[in-house]
Amino acid sequence: MRVVEKSQLMTAAEIDRTLSRLAHEIVERSGGTAGLSLIGIRRRGVPLSQRLARAIKSMDGSDVPVGTLDITLYRDDLSLVAPQPVVQSSDIPFSVDGQVIVLVDDVLYTGRTIRAAMNGLFDLGRPKRIELCVLIDRGHRELPIEATFVGRDVQTSDTEIIEVRLNEIDHEERVMLVERVP
Amino acid sequence: MLLIKNGRVLDPTSRTDAALDVLLDGERIAQIGAGIRAEDAEIFDASGLIVAPGFIDLHCHLREPGEEHKETIESGTRAAARGGFTAVCCMPNTKPVNDNASVTRGILERAAAAASVRVWPIGAASLGSKGEALAEIAAMKVAGIVAVSDDGRPIASAKLLRQVMDYCNSLGLPVMDHCEDTSLSAGGVMREGPTSVRMGLRGIPACAESIAVARGVQIAELTGGHFHVAHLSCRESLDLVRAAKANGLRVTCEVSPHHFTLTDEHITGYDTRFKMNPPLASRADRDALITGLADGSVDCIATDHAPHDAASKDVEFDKAPFGITGFETALALALGKLVHTKKLELMRLVGLFTTGPAKVLGISRSLAEGAAADLTVFSSEHEWTFRAADSASKSRNTPFDGAAFVGGPMATIVSGKIVWKR
Amino acid sequence: MSCHLRHMLGIEPLTREDISFILEQSRPFQEIQKHSLKKLATLRGKTVALAFFESSTRTRISFGTAASRLGADSMNLQAESSSLRKGESLIDTVKTLDAMKPDCIVMRHASSGAPHFVQQHLQIPVINAGDGTHEHPTQALLDALTILDRKGRLEKLNVTIIGDILHSRVARSNIQLLGKFGARFTLCGPAMWLPRELESLAPLGSTIRRTAIVEDAVRDADIVMVLRVQQERLHEPALPLEDYVLLYQLTPARLRLAPPDAIVMHPGPMIRGLEIDPAVADGPQSCVLDQVTNGLAVRMALLFLLIGGSHDEVKEALHAAD
Repeated sequence: MRVVEKSQLMTAAEIDRTLSRLAHEIVERSGGTAGLSLIGIRRRGVPLSQRLARAIKSMDGSDVPVGTLDITLYRDDLSLVAPQPVVQSSDIPFSVDGQVIVLVDDVLYTGRTIRAAMNGLFDLGRPKRIELCVLIDRGHRELPIEATFVGRDVQTSDTEIIEVRLNEIDHEERVMLVERVP
Repeated sequence: MLLIKNGRVLDPTSRTDAALDVLLDGERIAQIGAGIRAEDAEIFDASGLIVAPGFIDLHCHLREPGEEHKETIESGTRAAARGGFTAVCCMPNTKPVNDNASVTRGILERAAAAASVRVWPIGAASLGSKGEALAEIAAMKVAGIVAVSDDGRPIASAKLLRQVMDYCNSLGLPVMDHCEDTSLSAGGVMREGPTSVRMGLRGIPACAESIAVARGVQIAELTGGHFHVAHLSCRESLDLVRAAKANGLRVTCEVSPHHFTLTDEHITGYDTRFKMNPPLASRADRDALITGLADGSVDCIATDHAPHDAASKDVEFDKAPFGITGFETALALALGKLVHTKKLELMRLVGLFTTGPAKVLGISRSLAEGAAADLTVFSSEHEWTFRAADSASKSRNTPFDGAAFVGGPMATIVSGKIVWKR
Repeated sequence: MSCHLRHMLGIEPLTREDISFILEQSRPFQEIQKHSLKKLATLRGKTVALAFFESSTRTRISFGTAASRLGADSMNLQAESSSLRKGESLIDTVKTLDAMKPDCIVMRHASSGAPHFVQQHLQIPVINAGDGTHEHPTQALLDALTILDRKGRLEKLNVTIIGDILHSRVARSNIQLLGKFGARFTLCGPAMWLPRELESLAPLGSTIRRTAIVEDAVRDADIVMVLRVQQERLHEPALPLEDYVLLYQLTPARLRLAPPDAIVMHPGPMIRGLEIDPAVADGPQSCVLDQVTNGLAVRMALLFLLIGGSHDEVKEALHAAD
């Protein structure tokens, strides 16, 4: 099995502009930043949530709390993922009770990751409202889950994969459409 | 008539080491010389092989009567023949214990019907080997025992040992003691040392054996009797035996092949094929035993062949019975560990299997005209692999399964007949 | 960093990296103990067989709770009511359990090496919850997690262990674990429980010294581990308990001889007034309750690591990019 690059969907500059726009949308919809928290889903949701928080601070001046959520323990497909699963800690240094939580992830696909993330959040407390912000929505939902804030909608087939590469993790910055070929 | 041609004859009694032919006629050796011709004889070509007097195993367990699922006289002696042994002394811890003449006769009758090699029973020292009353030793002597022992266990007390040795001295029988102080060894499953501590297994200290050896040596001095240490395993015991011999006491001893080959460090993974009593000892002990085999402090090699069925050994280490089989690997282990390493000469090795045990029993074992036609033919070079699955024994409890050997038995001749050849 | 853990039979075969990985994986499970809702569905549908051939309340409950908090079911075999009383062999008992298809077996047994023996006959992972006097690996792991939290490190600690070291599987596993991190051990107890061979247990890079004097043993200690005194021991005359209290009880006065930041640990169950003074057991240096909580975290992590995934080769799921 190899991976073949088909096209570049977003450049670094486009990612940056999209995140900026998403930050504005989040603040606008909440009517401000009071009671708002961002939680990034490991792995790439994490740097995205941090960038969103920085963007919000530079436009609004306020510090929005940012947390990290590891969903390994909440997955429904643990045995399919790897012979040896590995778990990392979540790091949410604030209470989620009564908060408006914006979950942040790079790609929304079947919706199972978000379902697991919500289970994880509910183990911690009772948020007032949960919203979802994703950089890319690629369709093919298997659960009735929708994103509140979407960077870009992309039509994909089953054999295609969206690869989001971010500086903090991949040391490069772009979004690629790739295909698995036998 | 059987003519063994072209072999190298090694006879410790006459110190013969020469290329000679041997002619066997019925139960006796008829002629030894160069270039013998015999028209009616069956010919066995022993080119490249060594022809020795028939090997004797002073210590084994044939399990019959009573535990025939582990071994029988028939299967055990077949295994003995494959090991080159022409005579084996079987210990009395059968069910019932061989403590009276009728059990002794029963064993001998069974052997006459089914055994491949000579069976010389050892009688119990006490009734049931319980360590209380004396067994019917004189009656058993008439029936045919060659020695006395409560093996499986030590002779229960110093007082009983004294009585037995006095009695056996008057009857001309050696007393073979399984030397173990049971208060020190109680609950132990392997040698006490760094390995037992690391594995969390209860250990048996070396002095559990040497304290009992010291007891036996002093009672030998007190009674003038013949005290033989069964399966001696540690250097403290060997030092006591050496000193006793130097003092002119009638003290002899035997060593088993696993004790001069393996150590407690070989026990890994709680493998019960390495569990026996006395247990595998330290490297220093093993090296001391090899020195003793070379310098004459050790009189003979004896296998302590102790078969156990698979189910009884396939349990947690603590619960497994002690013992491993040994007939078929004894000579190969001795050649590998003692002769190929130049620790001792081939002639001495042959002595450890022939004149050594014979002297303990007070008989002769020589390759001479008129002597019994029992011979062991072996090779010091033949490369082979021992596989437990091919053993003639009913049991498979050996740590040497799959071991590659250089040298081993090639043919066993009892009473002028080839009872086994490779 | 990951390690291919298949069984947990003992600490001896593990590397420092393996141990660090397991402790790191225990952290999220420590977190979960603080949630009001402690139940996950991670191991839902999996079954953990608890085969305790030696009676134990605390360890069995700890493993049972660990399984249950991960959403797994457990099968319970207890020594008191076991068929072993009727003469069934260990191997038959274990094969009977195995025929009911658990995903792993956690076992405690009075014979050293019993889990190694069982593991040769089964396909599923085996976790050793204590075998004879050989090892108790999960105890050493939870002790290490506790030490890491209280001391900030595992490297080169001065560790004093007081009690019946010869017969202690907890001592052996701790020596193996902390020894791999270069600990300096002082083993203390009556001479008959402290044979010279214990010194050969030290892993490379660590040292062991023995002393029969507890006041000498606790000086310079970073960690003081107190072991339980077993009153009845097979094949040996019992030690008079008054003697033990006089010579070895960890009292406040003796603890004061140790550095003020030394921590006190005990694998439990404690006998207050015997090996440990109640004031010490309840005092600020004592970690015994943390040990119990961490026991749950470590056991959850192990169950997650051993049976959370699949041990077959799998094709990468197309959803892996999710």
